[in-house]
Amino acid sequence: MQEVQQLAKMANQIADNFSFHDDAVDRISDHIKRFWAPSMQRKLIEFDQSGEAELKPEVRAALKTLGTD
Amino acid sequence: MYESRLDMGTPMPLKIGMPVTLTVDGRPVTVTAGASVMRAAAEAGIKVPKLCATDSLDAFGSCRVCLVEIEGRKGYPASCTTEVEDGMVVHTQSRELDELRSNVVELYVSDHPLECDTCSANGDCELQDVAASLGVESSRYGMNGAGHQQAARDDSNPYFAFDPSQCIVCYRCVRACDDIQGTFALTVDGRGFASKIVAGQAQSFMDSDCVSCGACVDHCPTEALIEKPVMQKGQPDRSITTTCAYCGVGCSFHAELKDGEVLRMVPDQQGQANEGHACIKGRFAFGYATHKDRITRPMIRENINDPWREVSWEEAFSYTAERFRAIQQEYGPDSIGGITSSRCTNEETYLVQKMVRAAFGNNNVDTCARVCHSPTGYGLKTTLGESAGTQAFNSVASADLVMVMGANPSDAHPVFASRLKRRLREGAQLIVADPRRIELVSSAHIKADHHLALRPGSNVAFINAMAHVVVTEGLEDAAFIEARCESGPYQKWREFISGEQNSPETTERITGIPASELRAAARLFATAPNAAIYYGLGVSEHSQGSTTVMGIANLAMATGNLGREGVGVNPLRGQNNVQGSCDMGSFPHELPGYRHISDASVRSLFEQEWNTQLRPEPGLRIPNMFDASISGNFKGLYVQGEDVAQSDPNTHHVEKALQSLECLVVQDIFLNETARFAHVLLPGSSFLEKNGTFTNAERRISMVRKAIEPLAGLEDWEVTMALSNALGYPMNYGHPSEIMDEIARLTPTFQGVSYAKLDRLGSIQWPCNDEAPEGTPTMHVDEFVRGKGYFAITGFVPTDERATRKYPLLMTTGRILSQYNVGAQTRRTANSEFYAEDILEIHPFDAEERGISEGDWCGIVSRAGETVLRAVLTDRVQPGVVYTTFHFPSSGANVITTDNSDWATNCPEYKVTAVQVSHVSEPSEWQKEYRDFARRQEELLEKARV
Ligand code: SF4
Ligand code: SF4
Ligand code: SF4
Ligand code: FES
Repeated sequence: MQEVQQLAKMANQIADNFSFHDDAVDRISDHIKRFWAPSMQRKLIEFDQSGEAELKPEVRAALKTLGTD
Repeated sequence: MYESRLDMGTPMPLKIGMPVTLTVDGRPVTVTAGASVMRAAAEAGIKVPKLCATDSLDAFGSCRVCLVEIEGRKGYPASCTTEVEDGMVVHTQSRELDELRSNVVELYVSDHPLECDTCSANGDCELQDVAASLGVESSRYGMNGAGHQQAARDDSNPYFAFDPSQCIVCYRCVRACDDIQGTFALTVDGRGFASKIVAGQAQSFMDSDCVSCGACVDHCPTEALIEKPVMQKGQPDRSITTTCAYCGVGCSFHAELKDGEVLRMVPDQQGQANEGHACIKGRFAFGYATHKDRITRPMIRENINDPWREVSWEEAFSYTAERFRAIQQEYGPDSIGGITSSRCTNEETYLVQKMVRAAFGNNNVDTCARVCHSPTGYGLKTTLGESAGTQAFNSVASADLVMVMGANPSDAHPVFASRLKRRLREGAQLIVADPRRIELVSSAHIKADHHLALRPGSNVAFINAMAHVVVTEGLEDAAFIEARCESGPYQKWREFISGEQNSPETTERITGIPASELRAAARLFATAPNAAIYYGLGVSEHSQGSTTVMGIANLAMATGNLGREGVGVNPLRGQNNVQGSCDMGSFPHELPGYRHISDASVRSLFEQEWNTQLRPEPGLRIPNMFDASISGNFKGLYVQGEDVAQSDPNTHHVEKALQSLECLVVQDIFLNETARFAHVLLPGSSFLEKNGTFTNAERRISMVRKAIEPLAGLEDWEVTMALSNALGYPMNYGHPSEIMDEIARLTPTFQGVSYAKLDRLGSIQWPCNDEAPEGTPTMHVDEFVRGKGYFAITGFVPTDERATRKYPLLMTTGRILSQYNVGAQTRRTANSEFYAEDILEIHPFDAEERGISEGDWCGIVSRAGETVLRAVLTDRVQPGVVYTTFHFPSSGANVITTDNSDWATNCPEYKVTAVQVSHVSEPSEWQKEYRDFARRQEELLEKARV
């Protein structure tokens, strides 16, 4: 699996595991911020922007909050 | 010869009773009620002759050498089995006693060659000492006792011999095997003078159930059971106390040497983790340290197809520094990183992460705990506030019920298993949750109350169902929850866990555990006064490893099983220093003491001490490094004492990642699998060759002390230091104690730790600081480290790795007693006589369906790859599940494991791989390529050595 696909899979998995919470998007974004190197975050955001990534809506929403604070 | 420790004859009574004062040979002495007269005499400095008694075993009273006179009592009671009484007046010396004792000893001697001068136990034989003290030089009964003199020696075990002619049938070995080890491999055959010790069903030691723990050898008062090196080379002349470098139990040992060579490792009776016990690995498998395969000269090469070239240390350091700096110039500061080792000391691990953060200038540091217990860190930190187990090992002595989940202590944590078994034989109850029928489920005098054989990949469903029963049947510890846990999250969790999706009836379809049995197990757990949970990699190495850890913590909180002895959440760590390497800031997002790198105040502490600027964002984890390497933007890696090429999942992927690196630096004692892809090879030092500390699974920091000089001239911490200096970031430590002082300055949980204190106390369980100057055996006593306990929502998310038509079986992995991890050490010892290859365990039904018979070669295919192993048919595994170990590189167990990982930590999902198995006749393509590649690399190494 290519790196970006692996990152997308990881992000979706994080979303699945936070899906039991009302504030899933915040939790996803916080988790990625705390545990992912900036280069990984950047690559996933770019992958998302390329339109090729299969990402859950909560992941997309979380990615929007990254790098904004 | 150095003096061994004083043997008090009988153990301290388990429960300290009222003080009792008596007189022994006119000396008044006060001991606790329940102590033996022999122990009281020893306390008064008086040695009563003895043969069958020793203070690590309960008194047995068989030899009759320890007789004494007690005023007001008739006869001559045995001092080892007679309890003290207030006002007792004891005499240990008299002519009558001398005569009685001499008589007994002469009887022994009549059946025991008194050839002390030529005997290898000379100077270390209790019979010799007792005979000498009584002036017995020969026997009135003749010297040709028929009982044992003619019996043949059993040399079958590679490490020790049994010579029945030297045996005095004191039963110490039998009692050690039963009471301490719990294997029950030895018995006494025959009666009276003709009785003799036999292993198994009158088999050789090797053919019997013996697991070579060595306890019988340690307890034998004569030369009947003796280590072969001592037999061959004589008694040791020097001893140094150190810590085992294998598993996370962290046993303390005396490394005993003669003429600078380690002859034997004797478990330390004062060792707080092991209380004098050991297993085959730590006790006997140390020969790898001087194996001919040891790398003792630094080596470099441009390309992995070039021969190695031996160079000076200086050249190796400057070469590495130049390559790393050039890579950073070309690809950016984040293009290099480092991996710390759970087999190295705390000080060494600390230095590697310091070098990465300060000299590399990024946070790309990770450790092999990534692939084993990183979910423990995440899960326990989230729920309880600290990334560590909550108890000391001996806490299990107060447990009434023990749940072992996804762990196989008999093989992977043997000394803890022995301690646990002792408690189980005393009556504690046992729940085993494991897909496989591990040894604990049913072994000598032990039977699990429940074996919940859950399907691989269903841990979360299982642990949730346990909590569901507790909550919905009103078995919670409401007072504990109210006082100790956060109310809001608890209420939410309670609602979640009570949901029908978590009921045993619903989860039965996922876990395969009958609902009624799960309910019974949950009730047993919840109603036990003290219930303790022990878990291993069968919990963490899953796509929901972190969730399961949180589920375990939830269950412990809900039932009030935290904060005192006999309870707790206890991760059994795989390698010796997994806890320590995590504590030391090996993770890319955390500084030492588990403090997040984004915390500016913590960062500034380190920045001041280290005189540098630190980056505030997390770096890459090991799998991320591999992915980035294949993508082309990660190019340089420093690996200390790890073998990622063998131990990490999806070998094809790992190999590709390693081949994509421009500079791979491996520091190891051998040319390991990873080193075959390396450009720089820095010789490492074994645990016998250095000073430092290890931290075991119970947070116990123990000293590692240098027994021999490092074969390559430098200890591992010195290598990292020199490399850092070559990179232009100065480090100037004179001794590892200075590194520990720095750790203590910077890490609140280590604040009170120093080498001087470790020397004084023997070991310290962190946190060790002003509030707990001597350390903390039990954590979270009055409150949790995070304040109030946090109930985390643990929804079950099935793994992608499911049995399908194409891959209908689930493969899971584990360990075997005699081999350790990737096997680099144990494969280079006689331990391979016990286990020479990885095998595939398959249920007879599944085997029959595929036409596979015992010993056949099986091709195992997953979506990641294919390998071939020999089949062992057994119902230890359930139908639908196959099992293997990963101790031998050519087995390629990780060629099959996939890149699935824990959602929170990226810990690989080793424990679930969907596979198909078929009967084949030759090795897999990968195995053939591996063999060729390995051979070529060996040749390239040989060229350097010529
Ligand atoms: S080595 Fe251990 S298992 Fe084997 S007989 Fe001795 S005590 Fe028992
Ligand atoms: S082998 Fe040693 S420990 Fe065992 S009964 Fe004989 S003398 Fe005692
Ligand atoms: S391998 Fe583990 S149990 Fe065995 S001696 Fe070493 S630390 Fe102890
Ligand atoms: S030492 Fe007391 S009977 Fe053997």
